[in-house]
Amino acid sequence: MADWPTRRGQVRPAPEHFLTDADIAAVNDGRRDFLRTALITASAAVAAPAVARAADGDPHILTLPPWTTSLGQPVAARPYGLPSQYEKGLQRRVSPGLTRMPQVSVAFTPLQGLFGIITPSGLHFERHHQGWSDIDPSRHRLMVHGTDDGFVRQPKVYTVDDILRLPPVSRLHFIECGANTGMEWGNVAVPTVQYSHGMLSCSEFTGVPLRLILEDCGVDWKKARYVLAEGADGASMTRTIPIELVQSDEVLVAYGQNGEMLRPENGYPLRLVVPGVQGVSWVKWLRRIEVGDKPWATKDEAIHYIDLLPDGQHRQYTSTQECKSVITTPSGGQILLDKGFYNVSGLAWSGRGKVKRVDVSTDGGVNWRPARVDGPVNSKCLTRFNIDWLWDGKPAILQSRAMDDTGYVQPSYGQLRAVRGTKSIYHNNAIQSWKVAESGEVSNVQVL
Amino acid sequence: MSRFSETLIAVTLAVAAAGTLADGRYTGVGRPALPAEIRAWDIDVRPDFKGLRPGSGSVAQGEETWEAKCTSCHGSFGESNEVHTPLIGGTTRDDIRTGHVLSLVKGDAPQRTAIMKVATVSTLFDYINRAMPLTAPKSLTNDEVFGLLAYLLNQAEIVPADFVLSDRNIADVQARMPNRKGMSTDHGLWPGAAAAQGGIGNGGKPDVKNSACMSRCKSEVQVASLLPGYAETAHGNLAEQNRPVGPVRGKDTGGKAATEARAAAPSDNAAATKLAADSGCMACHGVAGKIVGPGYNDVAAKYKGQADAEARLAAKLKAGGQGVWGSLPMPPQNQLKDDDIRRLVRWILSGAKAQ
Repeated sequence: MADWPTRRGQVRPAPEHFLTDADIAAVNDGRRDFLRTALITASAAVAAPAVARAADGDPHILTLPPWTTSLGQPVAARPYGLPSQYEKGLQRRVSPGLTRMPQVSVAFTPLQGLFGIITPSGLHFERHHQGWSDIDPSRHRLMVHGTDDGFVRQPKVYTVDDILRLPPVSRLHFIECGANTGMEWGNVAVPTVQYSHGMLSCSEFTGVPLRLILEDCGVDWKKARYVLAEGADGASMTRTIPIELVQSDEVLVAYGQNGEMLRPENGYPLRLVVPGVQGVSWVKWLRRIEVGDKPWATKDEAIHYIDLLPDGQHRQYTSTQECKSVITTPSGGQILLDKGFYNVSGLAWSGRGKVKRVDVSTDGGVNWRPARVDGPVNSKCLTRFNIDWLWDGKPAILQSRAMDDTGYVQPSYGQLRAVRGTKSIYHNNAIQSWKVAESGEVSNVQVL
Repeated sequence: MSRFSETLIAVTLAVAAAGTLADGRYTGVGRPALPAEIRAWDIDVRPDFKGLRPGSGSVAQGEETWEAKCTSCHGSFGESNEVHTPLIGGTTRDDIRTGHVLSLVKGDAPQRTAIMKVATVSTLFDYINRAMPLTAPKSLTNDEVFGLLAYLLNQAEIVPADFVLSDRNIADVQARMPNRKGMSTDHGLWPGAAAAQGGIGNGGKPDVKNSACMSRCKSEVQVASLLPGYAETAHGNLAEQNRPVGPVRGKDTGGKAATEARAAAPSDNAAATKLAADSGCMACHGVAGKIVGPGYNDVAAKYKGQADAEARLAAKLKAGGQGVWGSLPMPPQNQLKDDDIRRLVRWILSGAKAQ
């Protein structure tokens, strides 16, 4: 066993996740070969004969596995495909105690295990204000009208048939809840990136620009200042959207998500897509658009989704998600298996445009190196970054810092708190820090 | 040019003309909305009370509705912290005078109630009207909403006990809202036109400024906060929330006993408990005791010894019901499969045990 290759790209039996407290204590005591010890123990338990031959080579190579020596399953055994059984750890999860009722709650995306920029539709985060329903699309309607006569010449009703007849566009955009990272405003509160940043997802959305629909109704662009979007759920959730975003063609009445229809949890059959703006404005189960000249101060823009400042005032109509980034691997609650090479990988995004640059620090923000940003970089879309890192086994603090094409640089906790205090709940875009201990354990810390 | 191509060009031009939009309209798509349809859905109320329909309700009427439909979640005086954050509390008569809630400035309130935050009374009317009660939204009459709002405003000492709130005096109430001057729109997070151009906010100007310093950016690394011990284990076993292959593993925070307990096959009772929770039943029903609907033990006691209990209860689940346990209706549970309904009914009648 001692001769197993340890260089990158070569075969090394991966120990399963059995790092117990005792193992970690052993590392802390200076005994650094705990992984190999644990591996031998585990292998002996499940595959003693294989281990006996290990000196001759990898038993997983020398003894052919069942999938190589038998007939596999037929096509369409699972007509709607599912992930491998070995991927079941990566699921949407709730943060215990965060909300009072499961219908008025949040489930977080497992960012710690995702690649690239697209969130699989089944792992897209969930946030409902009064539960979700699987709406019969043949009974769903979209109504467009004005606050008074004159905002639109002809108020109209569209069926889902109608909306799918109109000329669509498909665009990649991130969606982030305004309260993402909200639990962390005052102090570290949650162990992993799933709970600290997992109210974040990114999809290809297909839909019709709302501008075209408003023009079909004969909107008076001179009078229109805002639109109200309303959902068909029990909450009939409403938010005020600026007319300028609609005129820019960015706001979509979407039905497609990653090539199929929206999932019910994400607004089937219609949802609003408002790029760069917090998720609550992406009204799901969209049933009504009202064109008007004043904001509505709805519950979710007058009681919730308002940001408390140190002077006791609340900021209202805060909507834009500012430039932000986070390292997803390695991240909190994970353990590095050994010293040596690692690819540090993460996500960056900006509600104001494109990510221009991401820098990574491994020393808590004293020194920074520019990361590789995988293209093409899309506006108001997740951007994946990667950077090489040789871990020497010593304590480290990993951080990422994004910059967008307006020149805005993601702030530190110290900078953000100096202006907004610690009770804002919403719009926390501070630089995230992950501490790597000598044991390889990664944990959530905050660096000012 | 041959005659053939001339014909072709003429045909092409005709097709192109038919394919263009007349005045930005999509011919044959959508239909005019009827006034009755707009009236049915356009229920929003703006801060200037645009959209508010004539009506009225007294504090006393509101109290009656409140006791019947709201106390199960919000408590008798809107103060309950059991299901939702309290609605009322944390404001003073002085706040009503100044329009700023002082405890927000001092930061001494244990939590922020709805009345401490909201600046616009229209928001409360609009939300109660569109979304309450949680299990039966849009079931309240216009006058009931006025009454409920009057009752809440009275609890916050904004209106007297004999007050009758109506569309005619609600603007006077607005002038007494304790946090009416508590909102600021002077920020850069509105993506539309700035206030100077008739919109909101400062036109997107950020409030913090960092620089892209690359080396020796600070002399010391100040760690302000670490993960508290209880928070590490509060989110389940992190080893099971990561992939079993790759450069990293999740840390085992579950302990052996917990892992073994999870691995054991769930009992029928555990599966039914999960089914009830997943199907949303537990939002309104407790096992022992009323939440919105009756507790399951009370249901089991009521049907005890009745031969057709299973069939009758299954029919109730499927079709919904009202009047047996109070005036709040239980919505029909059409989403449940017949098999699942049977499992739930047997589980309820057998005592709704967790294991």
